Amino acid sequence: MRLIELAPPGEKVVTGTMLFTPDDIIRFAKQFDPQPFHVDAQAAKDYVFGALCASGWHTCAGWMKTFLSYWSAESTRLISEGHVPPKLGPSPGFQKLQWLRPVYAGDSITYSVTMVDSRPLATRPGTFINRTINEGANQDGQLVMRYEGSVLEFE
Amino acid sequence: MGAIEFHFEDFEPGRVFTLASAEVTAEAIIAFAAEFDPQPMHLSEEAGKASILGGLSASGWHTASLFMRMMYDGWLARSSSEGSPGIEFMEWKKPVLAGDTLSGRSTVIEARALRSKPGIGLVKFLHEVENQHGTVVMRGENPIMMRLRTPSNVMAEVQA
Repeated sequence: MRLIELAPPGEKVVTGTMLFTPDDIIRFAKQFDPQPFHVDAQAAKDYVFGALCASGWHTCAGWMKTFLSYWSAESTRLISEGHVPPKLGPSPGFQKLQWLRPVYAGDSITYSVTMVDSRPLATRPGTFINRTINEGANQDGQLVMRYEGSVLEFE
Repeated sequence: MGAIEFHFEDFEPGRVFTLASAEVTAEAIIAFAAEFDPQPMHLSEEAGKASILGGLSASGWHTASLFMRMMYDGWLARSSSEGSPGIEFMEWKKPVLAGDTLSGRSTVIEARALRSKPGIGLVKFLHEVENQHGTVVMRGENPIMMRLRTPSNVMAEVQA
């Protein structure tokens, strides 16, 4: 089956929640983004964000993690019901990524995906490109991250 | 971060800042993917070869995170960065494979002081990351907030 049959445009699907502990924030940032406000709670007070907060890339990686967890369970469900799950491939990129609010230590981010549209690729018969809106919101319901994602799908 | 070498005023349109280079090991690809993006082509050479990516390949989010580190080590650590509101676009143009060595550059596109945040300016960059063959594997544009060297610098306003 095609993804568009499973996920009608405009219908938001919650994929999961990820807790950002201080340790996780610092561990990710020390590896990839060691700016003071991502690795040092004390130093962070002197910056615009005002407190220890996650690298934006960590927030994005959390979207991917919860999506794959959701997708794994969804694929299992579809197979058990006798369907062939959509065959998703790599993504060519994303656009309009907004880090709308800092993700502070202790925040729990709930992620979602909403289908926008799906169209065949002229250059690659049997391949489709799906565009989605991918979001994360904190425990107070405030959006912290939003972007337009894209993912290839094979017939 | 150490001494600040680059403030808002130093980011003139057209100026190019070099990213540090980074080696992409199979172990690092698998470790990142196991935590955040456990798809087969990011977890094993065999599955990667069987995919359209052609080999064990890094998660796009891993490449983006590595780019962040390359930017930090290359020039961002010496800047007055206050973080970024987002990414206008990012393209994963070619697979990043185990054993690749990445390098690249950030080119200033435009710079403007923020009326809403006195003392802070927004600098927009084009970032390009390429592999050891000189092939661009990822490119994107994003604005970064930078503190002004001289917060009352009215000339910064007219650079917008």
